[in-house]
Amino acid sequence: MKAAVLLFPGSNREGDAARALRLVTGKEPAVVWHAETELPQGTDLVVLPGGFSYGDYLRCGAIAARANIMTAVRAHAAKGGMVLGICNGFQILCEAGLLPGVLVRNAKLRFVCREVFLRVERADTAFTKAYRKGDLLRIPVAHGEGNYTADPATIQMLEAEGRVAFRYARVDGQIDEADGPNGAIHGIAGIYSDKLNVLGMMPHPENHVDPVVGPVDGRGLFESIAGALKAA
Amino acid sequence: MNVIPNTPSITPELVAEHGLKPEEYQRFVELIGREPTLTELGIVSAMWNEHCSYKSSKVWLRTLPTTGPRVIQGPGENAGVVDIGDGLAVVFKMESHNHPSFIEPYQGAGTGVGGILRDVFTMGARPIAALNALRFGDPHHPRTRRLLAGVVAGIGGYGNSFGVPTVGGSIGFHERYNGNILVNAMAVGIARTDEIFYAAATGVGRAIVYLGSKTGRDGIHGATMASAEFGADAEEKRPTVQVGDPFAEKLLLEACLEIMKAGCVVAIQDMGAAGLTCSAVEMGAKGDLGVELDLNAVPCRETGMTAYEMMLSESQERMLMVIADGKEAEAEAIFRKWGLDFAIIGHTTDTLRFVVKHNGEVMADLPIKELGDEAPEYYRPFTDTPARPVLGPSDVNHAVSVADALERLIASPDLCSKRWVWEQYDHLILGNTVQRPGGDAAVVRVGEGPKALALTTDVTPRYCEADPFEGGKQAVAEAWRNLTAVGATPIAVTDNLNFGNPEKPEIMGQLVGCVKGIGAACEALDFPVVSGNVSLYNETNGQGILPTPTIGGVGLIDDLSKTMTLGFKAAGEAVFVVGKTQGWLGSSAYLSTVCDREDGAPPPVDLVAEKRNGDFVRGLIKDGFVTAAHDVSDGGLLVAIAEMAMAGRIGASVDGVPPGLPAHAFWFGEDQARYVVTLPAGHAAEMVRRAEAAGVPVTKLGKTGGDKLTLANERAIIVEALRDRNDSWLPIYMGSN
Repeated sequence: MKAAVLLFPGSNREGDAARALRLVTGKEPAVVWHAETELPQGTDLVVLPGGFSYGDYLRCGAIAARANIMTAVRAHAAKGGMVLGICNGFQILCEAGLLPGVLVRNAKLRFVCREVFLRVERADTAFTKAYRKGDLLRIPVAHGEGNYTADPATIQMLEAEGRVAFRYARVDGQIDEADGPNGAIHGIAGIYSDKLNVLGMMPHPENHVDPVVGPVDGRGLFESIAGALKAA
Repeated sequence: MNVIPNTPSITPELVAEHGLKPEEYQRFVELIGREPTLTELGIVSAMWNEHCSYKSSKVWLRTLPTTGPRVIQGPGENAGVVDIGDGLAVVFKMESHNHPSFIEPYQGAGTGVGGILRDVFTMGARPIAALNALRFGDPHHPRTRRLLAGVVAGIGGYGNSFGVPTVGGSIGFHERYNGNILVNAMAVGIARTDEIFYAAATGVGRAIVYLGSKTGRDGIHGATMASAEFGADAEEKRPTVQVGDPFAEKLLLEACLEIMKAGCVVAIQDMGAAGLTCSAVEMGAKGDLGVELDLNAVPCRETGMTAYEMMLSESQERMLMVIADGKEAEAEAIFRKWGLDFAIIGHTTDTLRFVVKHNGEVMADLPIKELGDEAPEYYRPFTDTPARPVLGPSDVNHAVSVADALERLIASPDLCSKRWVWEQYDHLILGNTVQRPGGDAAVVRVGEGPKALALTTDVTPRYCEADPFEGGKQAVAEAWRNLTAVGATPIAVTDNLNFGNPEKPEIMGQLVGCVKGIGAACEALDFPVVSGNVSLYNETNGQGILPTPTIGGVGLIDDLSKTMTLGFKAAGEAVFVVGKTQGWLGSSAYLSTVCDREDGAPPPVDLVAEKRNGDFVRGLIKDGFVTAAHDVSDGGLLVAIAEMAMAGRIGASVDGVPPGLPAHAFWFGEDQARYVVTLPAGHAAEMVRRAEAAGVPVTKLGKTGGDKLTLANERAIIVEALRDRNDSWLPIYMGSN
């Protein structure tokens, strides 16, 4: 596999994403500056990392969504290429129109950094084959604006098409919006594009891949991606 | 708009408005041999205020131990630098932003974090962790909630966006901080030992470059404000608080490290307190060079700024550099790539003069060395804090049962869980946080390991108030102990000395006592002071804060796999206390929380016992003997045990009150130099043998297991219920708005 991690001014988890890819797949990803107009030849995974692109002083991700490199990312996604947006990356994907909906301020109006349980909603996508449906993953969140929402028709469509990737769950696996970290509708923590090749998620699987610093429940995501790209 | 002339008549009122005493002004006039211009008056007020000149504290700071085999750079630079082996150094410092945070908590605290991060990356280090130490007023005071919420959001808002994990800290409440909260921010970075950058300029005729954000009118006279007491008009000082831009700082970090790597930088100094003035003077004075600036080249955010305003602006996220010959274009290209301003605003000279020009006119022309070196220095009169009587256990009423007292302590503002706070800080970014907030010390991996750093901030202000010398010692000892409890070897400290008005002999006496105590402890524990900051005039309407000399401790861990955490690990393990328990209740948390009294001498710190007991515990951890370790501090033995039970969600049966000692004194006394450890029952005999050989007192207290804390003659306490109490005080307090 050949991964490219995008770097916008204000990105700050690009190193975490690159390290997780290296640790799990054994391959060093390319780091691609936002002002570039093309992805490196042969890129098969684009990662939009966490951070505060352009300070997030406007709507989160709104400026980054209009960066030069995003034209190439759109073309890559349109061809069915895999795209993973984490945290600010998810916000950018929504602003870029690659995913529907929007991330608004956390219901409690505070930044939140803590471990949550993520319920795996389907284990048959290129991002989740290493998991089983219903698995509860211990993954951290770290965001101030991770409260996913969209108009009722969009939510209905996402649910009907099985495009919810992960939900915030209680330890017993049940979904409780009020108990989640940010108030997201239906406990939505991550969603897929219609062809399931673009995944946006607020939690940080890249921070839970190394037993030295915590649980390793995030490894499965990167293992799934590596497996899917190897098979392809 | 009205432009203030550069040559007004300098009246005593104008001098006083600049925070200069008449005799200080006189000294300055004699130094330059004429009446100063307005710009010059502004410059000297910035250089000679307490915040920048340390004029009241310098004679005492000199007494601190600042050297050691690992120390590469002690106090006097942007941050301290300590060798950690493998060609790497840890670069760290702590600094206060107390006054601005009281006036405007979000921006005040945020720019405090920004300032200290800049100090660290100015030296060529990439920040890997941030910590803080916060003190607020009485929880019942009407402002406390808003200040706490604002400060925490501000620290998070800056650090989270910048991208550094905030991994630890301490928070306390006391009515003496009602009008003067404390916000002490610490940053820690890693650099290569052969790639450290300093402020001293070298070479005549080299370009002086301004980098980063544009200059605005914000923060003018911020350092002067931080060097005066507050009156009832504190709110009116809001315009002197700077506004932070963590996004610009993140870009500045990346751009600075990139041009350092490219070999463009000869000298570098961040623009912190007193902005352009302080940074330019320090670069020249430290390098024995003159500096000439042309302010027309300074990138400004607002039009019509005067020389006076530009020299005193404290706009954030700015740097000053001397660029290597012929590297100007390369440096500029890197800064432009990151979208930052880059302007050559002057050059070094061989005149030893600090010359500032604006619109072709000389606005200031001052001797550069004297501005820094000839700052007033005071040996201020001081009176020692009177010794308090030692309280015996019988002097302390114990109408409350031990179980009830534990429940009160564990849910008190000072001892409750601070999860509500640290969940607002991104403590995981960079992926190296091995021990997260909530333990004795944070542990952060260095690079890919196996090395790691242990980090903590500590001080017990009520001890310092009762006995500044013992309190100063204790602050150092507790930091040392917290690092030891996670298995680290303590290597160096940064100190942040927060006191009231030093012109009052009793306040000066607190400062002198605390510094002497810190010095004695650092000496005895091989724990040199490599950087620090002094914040004085923390008074409102004549009421000073509790003396609060915060210690930021750094420890080194050679092998991550040999660290220790405080939670109980399994049932059936032996629980021991290391160190001697006498039941010292004077100035204890029990006394203030349960008895509503704050009297009595604080526990003395026996530095020989500290070292011996700590070295013993560190050895146990290294040799894999123990399964949990926790230092004993506020609240004493039973609070320590309860914290271990809550963290591990495992109970324990404990006893061991010696005959003749009342139970409340045994369980809640705050004797120093103690740790609680657990170990598999089979290891106990061997540990006791080792302790005897080392001359370390150890006492078996009981064993772990079950879901309750069980004490002889007391009702059992369910651990989960205790956790709920511990977790809920702060969220309930903050939610009951």
